[in-house]
Amino acid sequence: MTDASTGTTALADPDGPAPAGPSGRGPRARDTVAYLRYGAGKLLGAAVSLFAVLVTSFFLFRIIPGDPVRTITHGRAVSEEQLQALRRQFGIDKPLWEQFTLYCGQALQGDFGNSYQLHDPVGELIWNRLPATLLLTGTAFVLYSLIGVWLGTRSAWRSGGLGDRFNTGLSLTLYSVPSFWLGLMLINVFAVGAGFVPGLFPTGLMESGDGSTGLAHALDVAHHMVLPVVTLVAVGYAQTLLVMRSSLLDEMGGDYLTTARAKGLRDTLVRRRHAVPNALLPTVTLLFVNLGHVVAGQILVETVFSWPGLGGLFYDALSIPDLPLLQGLFFVFAAGVILMNTLADLIYPLLDPRVGR
Amino acid sequence: MTTAPLLDIKDLNVTYGTGAAAVRGVDLTLAAGQKLGIAGESGCGKSTLALALLRLLPAGAKLSGEILLDGEDVLTMKWGRLRAVRWAGASIVFQGAMHSLNAVRRIGDQIAEPMLIHRTAPPSGVRKKVAVLLEHVGLPASRADSYPHELSGGQRQRVMIAMALACDPKLIVADEPTTALDVMIQAQILRLIEQLVAEQNVGLIMISHDLAVLADTCDRLAVMYAGRVVEQGPAAQVYESALHPYAKALSAAFPRIGDPASRHAPRGLAGDPPDPSDLPPGCTFHPRCPVALDRCAVEDQALRGEEERRAACVHV
Amino acid sequence: MTTTDTPTTDTPAKTTSPKSTRALARDRRRQSVARFWRQYRTHRAGLFGLASLALFVLLALLAPLLVGADVQSVTKAPGRPLEAPGGEFPLGTDKYGRTMLGLLIWGARFSLTVGFLAAALSVAIGTLIGITAGHYKGWYATVIMRVTDWFLVMPTLVLAIALASVLSRSIWTIILAIGVTTWPTTARLVRAQTLAVESRPYIERAKALGGGHTHIMTRHVLPNVMPLVLAQTTLVISSAVLTEATLAFLGLGDPTVTSWGGLLQDARDAGATTKWWYVVPPGIAIALVALSFTLCGRAVESVLNPRLGVSR
Repeated sequence: MTDASTGTTALADPDGPAPAGPSGRGPRARDTVAYLRYGAGKLLGAAVSLFAVLVTSFFLFRIIPGDPVRTITHGRAVSEEQLQALRRQFGIDKPLWEQFTLYCGQALQGDFGNSYQLHDPVGELIWNRLPATLLLTGTAFVLYSLIGVWLGTRSAWRSGGLGDRFNTGLSLTLYSVPSFWLGLMLINVFAVGAGFVPGLFPTGLMESGDGSTGLAHALDVAHHMVLPVVTLVAVGYAQTLLVMRSSLLDEMGGDYLTTARAKGLRDTLVRRRHAVPNALLPTVTLLFVNLGHVVAGQILVETVFSWPGLGGLFYDALSIPDLPLLQGLFFVFAAGVILMNTLADLIYPLLDPRVGR
Repeated sequence: MTTAPLLDIKDLNVTYGTGAAAVRGVDLTLAAGQKLGIAGESGCGKSTLALALLRLLPAGAKLSGEILLDGEDVLTMKWGRLRAVRWAGASIVFQGAMHSLNAVRRIGDQIAEPMLIHRTAPPSGVRKKVAVLLEHVGLPASRADSYPHELSGGQRQRVMIAMALACDPKLIVADEPTTALDVMIQAQILRLIEQLVAEQNVGLIMISHDLAVLADTCDRLAVMYAGRVVEQGPAAQVYESALHPYAKALSAAFPRIGDPASRHAPRGLAGDPPDPSDLPPGCTFHPRCPVALDRCAVEDQALRGEEERRAACVHV
Repeated sequence: MTTTDTPTTDTPAKTTSPKSTRALARDRRRQSVARFWRQYRTHRAGLFGLASLALFVLLALLAPLLVGADVQSVTKAPGRPLEAPGGEFPLGTDKYGRTMLGLLIWGARFSLTVGFLAAALSVAIGTLIGITAGHYKGWYATVIMRVTDWFLVMPTLVLAIALASVLSRSIWTIILAIGVTTWPTTARLVRAQTLAVESRPYIERAKALGGGHTHIMTRHVLPNVMPLVLAQTTLVISSAVLTEATLAFLGLGDPTVTSWGGLLQDARDAGATTKWWYVVPPGIAIALVALSFTLCGRAVESVLNPRLGVSR
């Protein structure tokens, strides 16, 4: 309630026609300044968060008990000189503080050192695998956001009905299913074939490697993508649906909807023009805050489907454990989520005029 | 042209899905250009009455009786016709304008919306009409680009009024238009409504718990209690010398400026209005009535008296 | 909204009523529990969740009697590897020839234990941070909420995986990894509730009467946020069970005990994911337990806050 603060301005309101306020450009310019200040604040916050991630990624992988060099050599008989050489090679012979400053400096240039296992620069490994992950996550994210918002809207509008109960029940169930298990099931049924269902979709990697190009190649990739995307969407849409549903239910008591109905708007128009835009605000926020969970699903689904992205790379690095690679991947995952959230923060004022002015 | 009233409500009953009888057998008439005030505590059914006029009650509410708007029964209208009548035939200024406006859409768009829906202005001329309306209610035309949260409470109420006028309706229902505002702004908004109603010869139904405000603005008053009209008549008479004990209590509830006696008068009523789903037998007011007789507990009281001035009390 | 509205335990009795204030408070608490249960009972999904949980807990508790710890033994495996269901093995055998049904029952012990303990740790951290962040104003609250927000957007599973991968493999590692990464949601909820409680007049009175910070937080705020914390706990258990399964599946679980996620990892290791009896039952068990906790949590939530419109 902002009524307390509005009292004073209201008193100044003249009885007759108010004098035309500052020319039309005035408030707009003020808006722009306010938005820039808001945006700058968000960017600064993101920078602080990124630095915190950097610090975390450094120390997290150094509390490991034991000697990483021993891990690399897999317990083979190696002379002390060789161990020292390895330590020097990976920069773990220096004091912790020196390692940290070095790490930060290099990380800012995108240099996360070399993989223990593959010996390639971590940055390069990540860069090569990034497109596959972006393709999969992006597709799944867009799909489950749309499906969740759409079904959530339908559910709330006919809340308590058969459709609502089915929708809510199904989404809660899918939400409780481990993503990797659902992936395995889908592989069993639709890739291997089970019962009367033949193997419809290929799995493993993102292309058949038959050297096709252009449209044929795109179709091939799409074909490989079906099952992983279905898995991610199935376990991911529930939260969107539930939040959209409950925020729309909250809005449905809103007086402004009665106003809209009183104006003579059709029911569908009341919903589309008035209720949904308001209910979308909390949903969008949640979609972005929960991106962290998407990363989790991504790792598992890529592992199960052998998708050649960052998630699979993470799983491989985990079994060694390949510290520089894990470190780099952790930073990339966390930074990605922070960047997307910052982006959402910057877009948000366009959806909700009450924010950032 | 005709003598038929603008609005003629006959034996209106509203029962909510929960079993609450919110409005029970209300008869009211309103001629074009006339101003009718409806008073009562919260929960007496006055807001239900306002929503019933345009069939805006939640699904599950049962309505019976007749609501003749310009001779046409709102309750039996087809959906298409009803949508056409909404806002173009009768519009509503809702209470608490903060929540009655959509927070994420610009003021101008919200005022323009009914005009576009009802095609009362060509799309090209809508912006101009919005500017005219805003200036009419005392706001600069540039406010059309603002969002509700950028306005003060009084300004938002002005926007609601501009919106209500958008399609030139014959009837405006103002449901507690000034409740959330402080006294100075209240007076401004009341003057504005009065002025607009006089200029455009529309009928006005104003709903409030504040009898003084209504008496000041309206020609006639109806006092509601537990879903029923318990007293009606010319505004000054009902306010100054109420017949029904409830109306008396209501008019004493607000002190009169310049009348020292009113400060010492017993004020307010003990107890709460009855639960509409569990009404007491007999006269519904008897449990709180200071002058109740034994028979009040069993005998229901109908409105009685002359056509112009009636009350539903055993003492009348 | 909350069940205990006025704390009575700490105000000295002014009346000479025969009942002590302590007894009065106990009565009131019992009444509110009864009221809570009456409302909870109307949620069919919540009842289903509760019944299924009771079943799982019972199975887990009785597992030593039903199947015995030997069921885990690889060397004493009674069957041949990967036998299909039938006869002696209603759900077939795993890659070592152990009976799947027995492993499944035994696995409930581990999954539920981890779920409860990890959720307890997570909710305890969240409640502590939430109440203090809501109670103390100034830089402490600002900093702590910043940290919470940061944790909130972090990919928690990646963090948990990282923790689990750098620490030694044991049940405590898993509990720690889940507990210290999932508290921010609880902290936010509890903080909001704390702010709401502290704005009530009787807190003002308690302060005026000389109640210290600890007194106000433990005697006034805590009882009022408890119902919310209860609802939150069930929801956190649900996700803890899922996370535990995930960590086990990624090979980060405790290799010495049987867990549902671990069974799935075994199946994958053995290339036996197409053997339905090896893969389907553990998955369903995980999903059912997670779903049951979620349903309970939602029912509790909607009793506490009917406006949410959950399964009416």
